[in-house]
Amino acid sequence: MIVRGTDRVLVMGITGKQGTFWTERMQAYGTRVVGGTHPSKAGTTHCNVPVYATAGYAMKGARFDVSVLFIPPLMVKEAAMDAIEAGAKGLVVLTEHIPVQDVMYFVSAARERSAWILGPNTAGAVTPGECFAGFMPAFNERIFRKGSVGVISRSGSLGVLFCLNVVQAGYGESAFLGIGGDPIIGTTTRDALAALDRFPGTEAVVMVGEIGGTMEEEAADYARTMRKPVVAFIAGGAAPEGKKMGHAGAIVTGNKGSYASKRAALEAAGVTVLDTPSDVGAALKARLGR
Amino acid sequence: MNFEEHAAKPLLAARGIAVPAGGLAQTPDEAAGIAARWGAAVVKAQVPAGKRGKAGGIKRAASPAEARIHASTILGMEIAGHRVEKVLIEEQVPIARELYAAVVNDASSKGPLVMFSTEGGMDIEEIAAASPGKLRRLPVDIRQGFRLVEANTLVKGMGLGAAEGKVAEALARLYEAYTGVDAELLEINPLVVTKDGRVVALDCKLVIDDSAVVRHSDVARGGTPEKLTGLEARARDAGLKYIDLDGNVGVLANGAGLTMTTMDMVRHYGGRPANFLEIGGEAYTQARPALELLLSKPGIQSIVINFCGAFARTDVMTQGVIEAIEALEPAVPIFFSVHGTGDEQAIRLLKERLGVTPLATMDDACKAAVAAVKA
Repeated sequence: MIVRGTDRVLVMGITGKQGTFWTERMQAYGTRVVGGTHPSKAGTTHCNVPVYATAGYAMKGARFDVSVLFIPPLMVKEAAMDAIEAGAKGLVVLTEHIPVQDVMYFVSAARERSAWILGPNTAGAVTPGECFAGFMPAFNERIFRKGSVGVISRSGSLGVLFCLNVVQAGYGESAFLGIGGDPIIGTTTRDALAALDRFPGTEAVVMVGEIGGTMEEEAADYARTMRKPVVAFIAGGAAPEGKKMGHAGAIVTGNKGSYASKRAALEAAGVTVLDTPSDVGAALKARLGR
Repeated sequence: MNFEEHAAKPLLAARGIAVPAGGLAQTPDEAAGIAARWGAAVVKAQVPAGKRGKAGGIKRAASPAEARIHASTILGMEIAGHRVEKVLIEEQVPIARELYAAVVNDASSKGPLVMFSTEGGMDIEEIAAASPGKLRRLPVDIRQGFRLVEANTLVKGMGLGAAEGKVAEALARLYEAYTGVDAELLEINPLVVTKDGRVVALDCKLVIDDSAVVRHSDVARGGTPEKLTGLEARARDAGLKYIDLDGNVGVLANGAGLTMTTMDMVRHYGGRPANFLEIGGEAYTQARPALELLLSKPGIQSIVINFCGAFARTDVMTQGVIEAIEALEPAVPIFFSVHGTGDEQAIRLLKERLGVTPLATMDDACKAAVAAVKA
């Protein structure tokens, strides 16, 4: 699920306000946008690329690898199935508030076709120096600079804060993977960790998690097997139990999903767990020795 | 969205799962009147919380008179922070054995998970700990579904005897109900086999996915409204994500993760966050009403405003915040940390309009806000 500069990108919902705004920025940064979709604007051109009615037609007309979806919640299932059935290699699903059973449906279909999904409710992915897919400020040089630290985040804004701190500490990012704040997502923390473990040029991983679910605990099992150092931060230690903290996935019930459980699992796996985001530079220096 | 037992059971019945006959009462007299249909009855507190039995909220009555007494005890009780305002009066069911059945959204398998146990009546966590061998868990591919054939396989060999077929049927219908209403949790505990061989849902817990409520507006009318404080209700009506906490350092940030982290840092530096309030995503244009809302919370002694722009532009958010400050001229000190999309413009705006410079890091802003309370 690391998007490369050579990947051909389709923007579904390209003609909307956000679709247009972010397509222009993706193009300016170097993302190879080859087309867009809108059900009733096929045959037109938008952001200098052809618009198709569906991903199926776009695959025939423009051959794409990755689909980025700027689509309203109740229409995402159909759009995602369209992209998957067209043969997309990967999908970036930005939308928040998609019914969870819809998510399960297209995640299952993607798994069968070996397509990856980032999100839902993600800010997207950035591969500095190459491209980005979604709505991250990839073009801001104080936040993204080509380097050797892979960053995984459930939250977009907190991901930005960590990337800022990584760059301020003198490092850069090999890739940023926004995995999304929903309770069920296509790429889990563990999946993202495994991808960055294999991604050349990545020497360390910063993993930004939050309370709720058991993804960080599952990622800890994988981190134990890694040679690359992992530094983690878990948001939500001060959150009260039983309340959804903005993200649908960020809720603690009983001991499950708690800050303490995640921190303990990660530390037991040899992961450095940060007290504050501003410690990330020092932790990377300690773990990388430079 | 949570559903109390009395609102959830009709959804099971509509899918062909038997539930006891019953009626809802708000007074002891109503309770006695309903119990008179059968003589003996069960009186059950209706609150959106578990462990009602342990809290004394479920009692068996041998007669309508006893149902009246139990209802007068239970009505007005506090269970897990909820005041009991109604009781469900049901016929008594002759129980032969208690089972457990549920379908839940499972993040690990990224799909529905059907759970079944022959040890009903206790919490699933207790069942998993005490009798893991008697608990079966089946991850389902939502595109394939879970039908009678899968249900039969799941319950086979668990010693259900003559009831096996009916239990499997109930499980298949439970799964149908789960997909039919976009549940994230649908649990029957206990599912009982009666002495006369029927399979009946004695209790039901239902949570519908908040993101799917829009396509079940009819069903949603039976849901329990979320218990909100005055400010939380005002925030919801204004389209803001706000949660009251008990501290005195106000927090405003964009994005759920960043807002939680700001609360964490306030606590890390020895302070107590007063709230969760985020204006991420499409809400980034709502900074002015958000800060106005926060400033109306009593007891706030300082505020941290922490913006980290990705999709949300910090200049737009800062503009909104400045408008709120200029309009209300608050006396509480406000500390800023501003980074990311639009930050240069945002920092210039703060300097020009308020004569304020953001602190270098969010840690500094949180520390300053905590220090301002102590001073």
